[in-house]
Amino acid sequence: MTTNSVRICAGPFDPHAEADQVRLGNPRVGAVVSFLGLMRDFNAGEGVTGMSLEHYPGMTEKALQAIVDEACTRWQLEAVRVVHRVGALSPEEPIVLVAVASAHRGEAFRACEFVIDYLKTRAPFWKQEQTAQGARWVDAREGDQIAEARWDQAERDT
Amino acid sequence: MAVEILYFASLRERLGCDRERLDLPEGVDDLAALIDFLRQRGGDWAEVLGGEQPVLMAINQEMAKPDDAIADGDEIGLFPPVTGG
Repeated sequence: MTTNSVRICAGPFDPHAEADQVRLGNPRVGAVVSFLGLMRDFNAGEGVTGMSLEHYPGMTEKALQAIVDEACTRWQLEAVRVVHRVGALSPEEPIVLVAVASAHRGEAFRACEFVIDYLKTRAPFWKQEQTAQGARWVDAREGDQIAEARWDQAERDT
Repeated sequence: MAVEILYFASLRERLGCDRERLDLPEGVDDLAALIDFLRQRGGDWAEVLGGEQPVLMAINQEMAKPDDAIADGDEIGLFPPVTGG
């Protein structure tokens, strides 16, 4: 049984306990791959002391679920879990966890990268950083668009 | 036709508005026309929605394109490119 879950969290979460949930009680799982995104204390050459994450309640959950569903149609997976923080964060705190369980490692590796790449360009979250010069909204990175586009290319090539 | 418009992040800040319910005149029936209509408010509206900065759009919480039609009661989301993860 695939037990997928997407969750928006207003407070800190335990990434190890969350990642474990994709395998516990499922003896068909042979591999778990997880990605953990953390808050850095620097960006674009400047020190960052804190961050606040805004999202679009309702749409966020739907967008994440759609990405997880898409991953499950592309690869044979046992479970996918996505946890994403919103609100105020401090450096070193986890922002996002993507954990994928499958029978063999190949599917889990690819699906995990796919989910985070799609999340970066399709899920309605916005980061605002606090710096010594004040608060600033983080600009979208061109590299994220390129990373997302690779998966469409990969699909055309197969 | 009336729609609910939600603004997020830097757009919300620049426009000083997080949501509004709006009666639309005849002919404003897709997202591109809605953006044109809002731009006519002038000032920050003309600037922020003027096309220089990318604006993403959603209809009923699904990503949408400028030529997508809008209908009475729709929830429209307007926001800058996303930066989560």
